[in-house]
Amino acid sequence: MTTPSTSSSEGIPLDADSSSEGKRSDTDKWARKVSALKLGPMPSGALNLNVQGKQPVSPLQGFGSMWQKTYRVRLKGVKVLPTGVIKVWKEHFPEFWPKGNRFYGPLTGIAPGEVGLINMALPGGAPLSTGVMVMYADEESFTFMTPQGHMFAGWITFSAYEEDERAVAQVQVLIRANDPIYELGFRLGAARSEDHFWQHTLRSLAAYFGLEEAQVETQAICVDRKLQWSQAKNVWHNAGVRTTLYLMTTPMRAPLRWMRKRSRPTT
Amino acid sequence: MPPAKVTLSVRQVSARASIIDIQGEVTAFAEHALMEAYTQANGPSTRVFILNFASLEYMNSSGIGLLVTLLIRINRQKQRLFAFGLSDHYRHIFELTRLSDAIKMYDSEAEALDAAHTP
Repeated sequence: MTTPSTSSSEGIPLDADSSSEGKRSDTDKWARKVSALKLGPMPSGALNLNVQGKQPVSPLQGFGSMWQKTYRVRLKGVKVLPTGVIKVWKEHFPEFWPKGNRFYGPLTGIAPGEVGLINMALPGGAPLSTGVMVMYADEESFTFMTPQGHMFAGWITFSAYEEDERAVAQVQVLIRANDPIYELGFRLGAARSEDHFWQHTLRSLAAYFGLEEAQVETQAICVDRKLQWSQAKNVWHNAGVRTTLYLMTTPMRAPLRWMRKRSRPTT
Repeated sequence: MPPAKVTLSVRQVSARASIIDIQGEVTAFAEHALMEAYTQANGPSTRVFILNFASLEYMNSSGIGLLVTLLIRINRQKQRLFAFGLSDHYRHIFELTRLSDAIKMYDSEAEALDAAHTP
């Protein structure tokens, strides 16, 4: 027998339902294997570079030391189930990011196999256009897989669970810097910027549920110190370098396009 | 956190190889059980760990993350990790997540054991 779940006016589950009972299936929660990412239509203002045609990569294919970082916020006093937290997180995902960083999600929402575009500034101000693929998504979590050229090779999992009768929202990354340039940046301070990014995201999520100035717990574990020199060649795909070069050469491309157009034979 | 819905049993089939039979769900909650099974399976001369996925019922992305950290731990000791009993669905997940690049997959226990005993 199942018990109907209770929902808020926004459809956010508030009380326990029966979905966690019995055998579960993960069949439709995983993306299909793809050899290259395909990005859907993007808004005209978006800088769409370094996603289309790139291969998704796992932490095993990166260059730098492997890190597992966990950021957690306890939603004290908030009456919401983990499924309610994830529903909100999926629907409002870009709104929780720090200012100046844009996430152009798929029109169909965060679902397995969908690809999103990221426009952001690297620490130091260098622009970056890259993306992510939704590798896994269910009612209590979703995971992004990064493509070649992204700062990190790996997975970022957003999840929620219940502890001491209250919901806990969590971001967990399992990553290596994708190439030597990113690894250097990571060691020179980008690691701290990444911490601030996810701490801000979790505080914004908590604020959505009415918790101002929520405390974010951070835990970092170095899973593997070793550098994978065989992956140093990943630098070829470095999205930071490619985005900067693209923007620097933009003034040159307009006249070239005009010349090409003029030299085309008319029929 | 809810309790792990997984049962792991260890079989030390030879001095060189141990099999870990997985039954149930591999999620973040299986971390303690999986690392304990690894410790139990790790004999003084164990070179190969073989994961038996034939009774795997559910695995999410956190579960795959656990397998990566286990793999790194095993590789650090210059040991190897094999797998068998994966359904088409879980083989596909191993390929999607590129775990198949690092964990050798076999169709049966006998094949995995053969490979484990081939120096």
